[in-house]
Amino acid sequence: MDYFAQQLINGIVLGSIYGLIAIGYTMVYGIVGMINFAHGDVFMIGGFIALISFLILVSLGLTFVPVILLIVLLVSMAITALYGWTVERIAYRPLRHSFRLAPMLSAIGMSFVLMNYSQVAQGARVKPVPPIITGGYTLYEADGFVVRLSNIQIIVVITTVVLLAIFTWLVAKTRLGRDMRACEQDQTMAALLGVDVDRTISMTFVIGAALASVAGMMYLLYYGLVDFFMGFVAGIKAFTAAVLGGIGSLPGAMLGGLLIGLIETLWSAYFSVEYKDVAAFSILIIVLIFLPTGLLGRPEVEKV
Amino acid sequence: MTTPLLAIRGLRAAYGKIEALKGVDLDIAQGEIVALIGANGAGKSTLMMTIFGKPRAKAGRIAFDGQDITEVPTHHIARLRIAQSPEGRRIFPRMSVAENLQMGADATETSEADRAAGLERVLTLFPRLKERLTQRGGTLSGGEQQMLAIGRALMSRPRLLLLDEPSLGLAPLIARQIFEAIRTLNKQDGLTVLIVEQNANHALRLAHRGYVMVNGLITLSGSGAELLQRPEVRAAYLEGGRGA
Repeated sequence: MDYFAQQLINGIVLGSIYGLIAIGYTMVYGIVGMINFAHGDVFMIGGFIALISFLILVSLGLTFVPVILLIVLLVSMAITALYGWTVERIAYRPLRHSFRLAPMLSAIGMSFVLMNYSQVAQGARVKPVPPIITGGYTLYEADGFVVRLSNIQIIVVITTVVLLAIFTWLVAKTRLGRDMRACEQDQTMAALLGVDVDRTISMTFVIGAALASVAGMMYLLYYGLVDFFMGFVAGIKAFTAAVLGGIGSLPGAMLGGLLIGLIETLWSAYFSVEYKDVAAFSILIIVLIFLPTGLLGRPEVEKV
Repeated sequence: MTTPLLAIRGLRAAYGKIEALKGVDLDIAQGEIVALIGANGAGKSTLMMTIFGKPRAKAGRIAFDGQDITEVPTHHIARLRIAQSPEGRRIFPRMSVAENLQMGADATETSEADRAAGLERVLTLFPRLKERLTQRGGTLSGGEQQMLAIGRALMSRPRLLLLDEPSLGLAPLIARQIFEAIRTLNKQDGLTVLIVEQNANHALRLAHRGYVMVNGLITLSGSGAELLQRPEVRAAYLEGGRGA
């Protein structure tokens, strides 16, 4: 039971990171109907920018960790958002009225561009950072087994919850959120009602990238490393999470992320680490056989 | 005659290679109700959409209040306070009725007070919507969706209202209510309306003037009463489904 509780905590933390990335996939799919394969790499860029800005702040002599973290968070969100905006602007928008597969192929290309660009600019080796946030709480201790909740885990989960709350409010209550939903449901009508569709799509990429950058930063803090290839696997996992939850559904992306995180962690804990990806993807396949639109997705039926 | 509110000259538009408008001239004066009638596929809805630049005009000119709007981006047209209740209604199915109306209000810069007043006016006009405010647009009946589409267009306090088949799929009683509502808006607020209808009888009775469209061209125009008397109109109206 103690062991299970510990794995549950670990799974929720990993699931939060996947969920933050998955939102970017699902949002973009909802509004432009394409899978942004470069999104995992945007997450990786976010991790690098967090690392670089962290090192700069430390070399400037800042020592108070909360302030450093806040600045790193804001800087990496801003710069990564700019990447997201640029990717859409140069790789997808020119192809929006082309054949359906064109933007997707372009996305795969963009993924390689970002990956190789980071490899060239930052080197191919794993970049480690010393633990920045240490300490934690012992929740339970018996028979020599300890259930621990570390500070970094608390930070990851709280940051995720806060961001999701802000994001949900933004989509549900603000003008931008309404415009985004309008574009998702009927772009022509949205334009007739004065919505700048291009700008709204850009904002979708910007928000998705900003959330992914937070995931990148959390990954850096939690695992203590980044490398140019980390966006690939994490991206595919988050994409799986989005599909599992029902692509196009925002709560679905979060739920999917959490589930994939838990499945992976629990499988590694009780069976074998080597097959954790097999477990995650198998569950995806099984769910899709019985629920083709995912857990919270909606069937594509609309009143004409 | 003073400058018309909307002046269309030699307008051509096409979907790919299929030419839908082949040189249309049409004027709407301030405060007028103008009916555009014609068979299915005559190009009436295309004309409505071309005013909004979807599709873009291939040739010709559209002027609103003296300003050339032929090349103005679609999302700027609404800000000039031209509103459309389009073909197929195009309600946002996964937004509530209230949010659909809000989208209409968002189209133009309005103060909170104006918004509240506009909402009040729409809900007085269509009390059915009041009962359904929190319901999703997609769950409404066809008639309710039609009311919502018109209500949404009115929320932007338009100077020119384009109505595409407002009576389509409505019970006759409700259709009459909607026509009555349009007449009231025109009389009380001086709202200018372009109304596309297959129900020519209704539309021409409501309108000050009318145009008849056949295969992408205006073939006849005149006052509503005049057009109703014309044998061609009677024939076209009666044989409507077959395309004149």
